[in-house]
Amino acid sequence: MPIEIFHLPDAGEGLTEAEILRWLVEPGDSVSVNQMVVEIETAKATVELPIPWAGVVSQIHEEIGAIVPVGAQVISIETPAQPQREPVLVGYGVKEGDSLTRRTRKASNTESTANSNRVTAKPLVRKLAKDQGIDLSTLVGTGLNGEVTREDVQAAIGGEAVPPSVSHDHAGERIPVRGVQRLMAEAMVASAFTAPHVTEWVEVDMSRTLEVVERMRTRSSERITPFVLVSAALIRAAQKYPRINSSWIDTKDGADVLIHPNIHLGFAADTPKGLLVPVVRNANADNPMALSASITTQMDKARDGSASPADLTGGTITVTNVGVFGVDGGTPIITPGQAAILAMGRIINKPWVVNDSIVIRPIMQLTFSFDHRIIDGALGSRALASVASYLSDPALDELLLKD
Amino acid sequence: MTMTTAPQPQNPMVQLLTPEGELVTHESYSLDLTHAQYKSLYREMVFVRRLDQEATALQRQGELGLWASSLGQEAAQVGSAFALEKNDFAFPTYREHGVAWMRGVDPMKIMEVYRGISNGGWDPLEHGCNSYTIVIGNQVLNGVGYAMGCTLDQSEDAVITYFGDGATAQGDVNEGFVFASTFDAPVVFFCQNNQWAISQPSEKFVKTPIYKRADGFGFPGVLVDGNDILAVIAVTKAALNRARSGAGPTLIEAFTYRMGAHTTSDDPTRYRHENDLQNWKLRDPIERLKVMLARNGIADRNFFDAIDIDADAWAHTLRAAVRSMGEPAPESIFDNVYADSHEALDAQRAAFLDYHEGFADSGVKS
Repeated sequence: MPIEIFHLPDAGEGLTEAEILRWLVEPGDSVSVNQMVVEIETAKATVELPIPWAGVVSQIHEEIGAIVPVGAQVISIETPAQPQREPVLVGYGVKEGDSLTRRTRKASNTESTANSNRVTAKPLVRKLAKDQGIDLSTLVGTGLNGEVTREDVQAAIGGEAVPPSVSHDHAGERIPVRGVQRLMAEAMVASAFTAPHVTEWVEVDMSRTLEVVERMRTRSSERITPFVLVSAALIRAAQKYPRINSSWIDTKDGADVLIHPNIHLGFAADTPKGLLVPVVRNANADNPMALSASITTQMDKARDGSASPADLTGGTITVTNVGVFGVDGGTPIITPGQAAILAMGRIINKPWVVNDSIVIRPIMQLTFSFDHRIIDGALGSRALASVASYLSDPALDELLLKD
Repeated sequence: MTMTTAPQPQNPMVQLLTPEGELVTHESYSLDLTHAQYKSLYREMVFVRRLDQEATALQRQGELGLWASSLGQEAAQVGSAFALEKNDFAFPTYREHGVAWMRGVDPMKIMEVYRGISNGGWDPLEHGCNSYTIVIGNQVLNGVGYAMGCTLDQSEDAVITYFGDGATAQGDVNEGFVFASTFDAPVVFFCQNNQWAISQPSEKFVKTPIYKRADGFGFPGVLVDGNDILAVIAVTKAALNRARSGAGPTLIEAFTYRMGAHTTSDDPTRYRHENDLQNWKLRDPIERLKVMLARNGIADRNFFDAIDIDADAWAHTLRAAVRSMGEPAPESIFDNVYADSHEALDAQRAAFLDYHEGFADSGVKS
């Protein structure tokens, strides 16, 4: 039975490679013409590719996560032995095997050995070799898939031996960084190396916060957590010290600090797609109960994948809960374009001094990183102390704020 | 602001066939077609959609360099082109496959354009349909110029020129409006507002409804349900008649939706909600005509099934023919630069061929 090999097409305009995201079929599956078989991600888009033949999948050539050059073999289909004669439109003869047709599928499977002998090189490299009287087939290509590069030809002109490509067979597992993870990595590097970070921390007695959380729970069927009150505390601090809710903007004439009129609260969410930072818009307008509902809504969207780009961008300050992982704190990296980030740690019973006696209290650590270009140590400290003060007695703080 | 609900058009939007397939009347517009014509319109739309589906697949298989999908806009395209007379002239963008189809352009010629093996496809004069124009809005100037020519020729012909919501921001389109208005050119400006200028939602840049912009240029603007083929035909016919009578241009805003990607290079899931698409599927142009035909006993299941089978068989032949298209000779890129030979071009062609000659012994096509 004939085997047809599907080569990776250029799914955009002028793309050179794509990443295999997901196989929709596996060897042994029957496929029909135009059935989607694989999902790929290019520099431009995530798309599914339809297979041009009916038959049975005989081989999958590339694994998930592989970066595959355009033109490479990705999947083979065993087609019925007697393919139906394809009808011909008037005026357009079926020119199978026509040597002028670049994409002759038949040729590609019978010539697979011939292919390996054929030298791959770009036209200008061929010209260089020809002009210098060098036979390309005598060179060992060091480029992608053995392509003979300009350097290979130049090395040959200079009479130097070209070493075969180096093997990268190191021990250990190499995990490719792709998609959302790669974007996050780039954002973190950008932030860490442009905004000089200062990190401060403080411990706070959470007794009263936990009481308020309990009381809120009796009034609501929603899942109220201490995280909501930490978020509320950060919002109150940003209202009191607007400079922590700002952006550094480089301009031709220097730089500006843009103080945002509203607080769009970003919060880190651990989702199946990786770490996402959904945003609650105009969070300053919400009381803690309403804030809780907004956070839940945005969190659900991020987790079930229905968050739109607008739900995931435009934050002006960020809060993250590292306590859920059982740790106290760290050095949070500021979300690019913002001025500060607050991390809450786990809440754990610790000895605490109250009225000169040692008592057991639920204690939590707050860690606050801020951009030192925008926020000096005094302001950063005041802002963090204000968050801690709120959490030590949220009801009082909400009451005072209402005046 | 939420992106989950589709923007609602402002009244008064001309509609003769509701999304539920009900025939309704309109105070200014009506349409009287035979049963055979209704059935024919259905068939044309199904074939245009099938063409789009096959071309999209062929692009994903490396057989076409690019494809701009017309999915969801069949009624606006087929309906407006149906309203044209034989000698009228259409100026399409690169997405008007339904228009080219209705003007009798061989779909293989469209495939050649998107395969990158032809310099424009078909003879515009033969079909009364200009070549596809990629430059946004440019065809509006061409169309207005042609229409002004019709006036000078004292002909009865009219022109329709197509563009999208995004193109209304282009100078070319607005200049076309000014000239058409000034000279009462016999042209219909047919804007398919498909809600998206690539990834920009039209609600972001359309601060006043598109059809109302005509007021400022001094000619009428009409808003029509672009997914209602009957209303599109009625409104376009009226506008063409107005143009023929010497009364000048009309702007038609056909409110529709681009159900597919901008082109095969685009990924709409990055910027719009699946819900949005699902809402528009309820307003599908083909489905509503199908319901009307069935409900009024004009066509039955056998008719619909037969068309699907025909369309599939036809798509199969299209696929085979595209896959076996030859490649043009490399020097053919010089062919249509000038009408006659030109010294500088001849020299370039010779140098290019000489360069290619250099690979003759490599066994590889450069």
